[in-house]
Amino acid sequence: MEWVRRLVAGRRRYQDLSVSIQEHLDDKADELMEQGMSRDEAMQAARRAFGNVGLIEESSREEWILPTVDGLRADVKYAARQLWKHPGFALTAIVTLSLGIGANVVVFSVLNALLVRPLNVSDPERLYNVEHMEHGWYSQSYPDYLDYRDRNRTFDGMVAYDSMSAALTTGQTTTKNFGYLASGNYFDVLGVQPLLGRFFHANDEHGTNSAPYIVLSYDFWRARFNGDQNIVGSRIQLNKQPVTVIGIAPKDFHGTEIFYWPDFWTPITNGPLIGYSHHYLDNRSTHNPFVLGKLKAGVTPQQATDDLSSICRRLAEQYPNADYGLDARLVKPGLMGDMWGDSTRDFLLAVMTLALLVLLAACANLGSIFAARAADRRRELAIRLAIGSSRWVILRGVLAEAVLVSLMGGVSGTLLASALLAGLSHWQPLAQFPFHVVVLPDVKVFVLGFLLSVASGLLFGLLPAGQIRRSDAAQVMKGVITPELPLGRFALRDVLLSVQIALCTLLVTASLVALRGMERSLHAPLGFQAQGVMLAGTDLTMAGYKEEQFLPVQKRMLEETARIPGVSAVGIIDRTILGEGCCGSEGVYPAGSTDFRKELFDAHNFSISPEYLAASGMRLLSGRNFSWQDKADSPPVVLVNVTFARMMFGNRSSVGQHFLLYGGKLPQEVVGVVEDGKYLSLTEDPQPAMFFPLTQEINSNDTVLVVRSGLPSTELASTLDRTLSDIDRNLPLTLHSWADAMDLAFFPARAATAALGIMGLLAAMLATTGTFGVATYSVSKRMKEFGIRVALGAARVELIRAALGRPLLLLLSGSIAGLALGVLASRLLAHIVYEATPQDPVVLGGTMVTMALLGLLATWIPARQSMSIDPARLLRED
Amino acid sequence: MAKNPEHRDLFAGALELMILHSLGVKPMHGYALVKHIQLVSDNLLQVEEGSLYPALQRLLRAGLLESKEGVSAKGRPTRIYRLTRAGIKHLGREKSGFETMFAGIARVLAVSRA
Repeated sequence: MEWVRRLVAGRRRYQDLSVSIQEHLDDKADELMEQGMSRDEAMQAARRAFGNVGLIEESSREEWILPTVDGLRADVKYAARQLWKHPGFALTAIVTLSLGIGANVVVFSVLNALLVRPLNVSDPERLYNVEHMEHGWYSQSYPDYLDYRDRNRTFDGMVAYDSMSAALTTGQTTTKNFGYLASGNYFDVLGVQPLLGRFFHANDEHGTNSAPYIVLSYDFWRARFNGDQNIVGSRIQLNKQPVTVIGIAPKDFHGTEIFYWPDFWTPITNGPLIGYSHHYLDNRSTHNPFVLGKLKAGVTPQQATDDLSSICRRLAEQYPNADYGLDARLVKPGLMGDMWGDSTRDFLLAVMTLALLVLLAACANLGSIFAARAADRRRELAIRLAIGSSRWVILRGVLAEAVLVSLMGGVSGTLLASALLAGLSHWQPLAQFPFHVVVLPDVKVFVLGFLLSVASGLLFGLLPAGQIRRSDAAQVMKGVITPELPLGRFALRDVLLSVQIALCTLLVTASLVALRGMERSLHAPLGFQAQGVMLAGTDLTMAGYKEEQFLPVQKRMLEETARIPGVSAVGIIDRTILGEGCCGSEGVYPAGSTDFRKELFDAHNFSISPEYLAASGMRLLSGRNFSWQDKADSPPVVLVNVTFARMMFGNRSSVGQHFLLYGGKLPQEVVGVVEDGKYLSLTEDPQPAMFFPLTQEINSNDTVLVVRSGLPSTELASTLDRTLSDIDRNLPLTLHSWADAMDLAFFPARAATAALGIMGLLAAMLATTGTFGVATYSVSKRMKEFGIRVALGAARVELIRAALGRPLLLLLSGSIAGLALGVLASRLLAHIVYEATPQDPVVLGGTMVTMALLGLLATWIPARQSMSIDPARLLRED
Repeated sequence: MAKNPEHRDLFAGALELMILHSLGVKPMHGYALVKHIQLVSDNLLQVEEGSLYPALQRLLRAGLLESKEGVSAKGRPTRIYRLTRAGIKHLGREKSGFETMFAGIARVLAVSRA
């Protein structure tokens, strides 16, 4: 730490040097005076003979260090003094930067947590989900999984897992919990060790229902069992079936999906035991679990894909129906394959770009302030140049000031962002679902914050560098103003302002597009009327019913609920449309098909009771509704939506037409056509859907009672709870309005709107402060001129035109450029935001009005200033 | 740093050697050092202030010199430079090095055309 000691000793040493030089000059002057010169003459002559005192002193000092360290210290001190002397400027700059850098830190943290940070298991970089080539088709059949697992030569291990909800009973308490069905090798392949007890292993599996075990997550164990260690080895009930708690997972292991934190893991071979259809494990055409493989060390994803593809080809030969055209693709795990992955990635990259644009706009803003200040300090800088300071030293000072400001902004921005991220990480956006967004920043995030600070400091600090480089000390001291830029009339800060305004308009446009899309999606036709509908969801398998026992219970539920006063209609559907766990789909084939290798298309499948249409408000467009006369043994009937009808039958009338389901012998008769709707997400394209009678098809264990009523929801909920508990008190019930159930479907749009809205707001603020800065500056520079003009009889309006014409012109041209960019960029938003289109007159108009208001706001004070000029006073002043 | 292009720069280490030697004779302050070198070299050598002060700092830094608060002949506060123990040793080594070099140069220059 030699240089620290030197720094400390430095002050005394420099003083020694100054004393020494002073004495040198004095001695020399004394000598000259002895030769007959006057004191002043002698002193001047001595200085002339000595040379540039400052320069010599400086170069002498530089012998000492590490001149950089010392120079840096001086620069920082000087910069800090400058900022202290201009608190208004310092504060504006720091706030601007902390918003710009904070926004980037927040967005990058989310991006880092969701896309970059690996799963918390051993060798996460070798893990890949095995999916199909077609995007959005991410699940595999269990038999295919077994073949992939056993035949591959490129993976160290391959696991299957599926998210599930189940009723968990201990003593008298039954709750609905979320967990994983996982293959026996799950924990071993991931290399996770239990906190307590043991995990299940591959050798625990001996065929269907052979491993009645359950592993609890740490959080669930703490919450439900108060961290009781004796729970290991005891029995609890999962969907009424006894299972043994064999172990507790470590605290920081939350399964293999980033958002979804399971409460428990149970072997996948237990699926049928806890109420899953036996098809779940043995049907090659039923695609449910995710498959996750760990590459062997040194194997590339491409080699693994090739390996899997050759297995696919063999499977397709072996099982020409079920595995026709089977293919494989590797996907980075954690975001439900590409179900969430694709859109999350696109969206976050888009928002990251916007955040960088905000920062760029902030830099342009500060760059113009710095340029203005450099112009103001022209005289000071000229004097410093004249007394021997080098341009590099001056530039270093300006840069130090810029970097100091931006570091302060970076620190406060990062602190702000960390607080926001901590809040976000505790936030559970979906009450009934273990959905977590843990986005706490890590070292990478802080490094980025630091780098962004330094980079932006250098960026806007270097902007006025040209001015310093070109300034000619002698000319400036004489009062000659040299043109600032080769562009002549347009100064650097004007260019910066228009760039900034263009960026801000782009951001404002984007956020308006998002807001408008959100507003539209709230009013988009969903294919049902969610308003005034309460959903009561239950899972009969959780209460121990077998499939064949479902119908009588369901009928009783309908009858009892219909009797509640105030209930206008009640029906049943087996999946909540736009809700959690929606939807399932199934391939359809033309009537008369015998070759089931390639389906015509996949359609959403729902089972409903005849009353569902009245209860949900789904409109029947032609044909007839079901009735209870459509029994299990009567000819199979189906309702299809408009998209289905068009895809299957074209322009022909579809009522009375037939089609086949996979492997079906009896054709399904279309008895009616219903309106199109949204099923999975608000932004989806029209999807084909079909509705079967409850009596004829069961595709899901869920029973969702759709209750339409004018009753207040709390009252209805408690009555429903009572009524349904009277039927069977073991029924696990979830009661919420349909609107609440759609939270998950609305979440991406809401998150997008919030993110874009905040960016737009930041941008609007930056545009205002930027314009304000330039307008104020241009007024203050021309106060004297205005005073003269007023004295000569100029009208105030002319003054305003002269003062604000340029800022407003810049605002206008920047806005137009930004709007054009916004129109181009908004195409990117179409994935997330419902019907995002910037050609919307409301968006265009809104952007214009916003920018105009900003312009008005930003130029109001400077305009008032120029109006209130008192020429008499102004001209008396210097 | 030479203000006058007619004065050639001294070769590397020469200024330091003269400073060390002069201060070895007696501790002095900066201006006195300039005068001293000018005087004893019969005005043949001019020490530039622009080189002197950095050179002094170099020597201080290397630990060959030390500076003490003192009073000049006129009674003004100044800093007196003098050799440290390391400086004395270094001077001895450097001088014999220079003597060898001068001897070498002299022999080379003594060779005339045969």
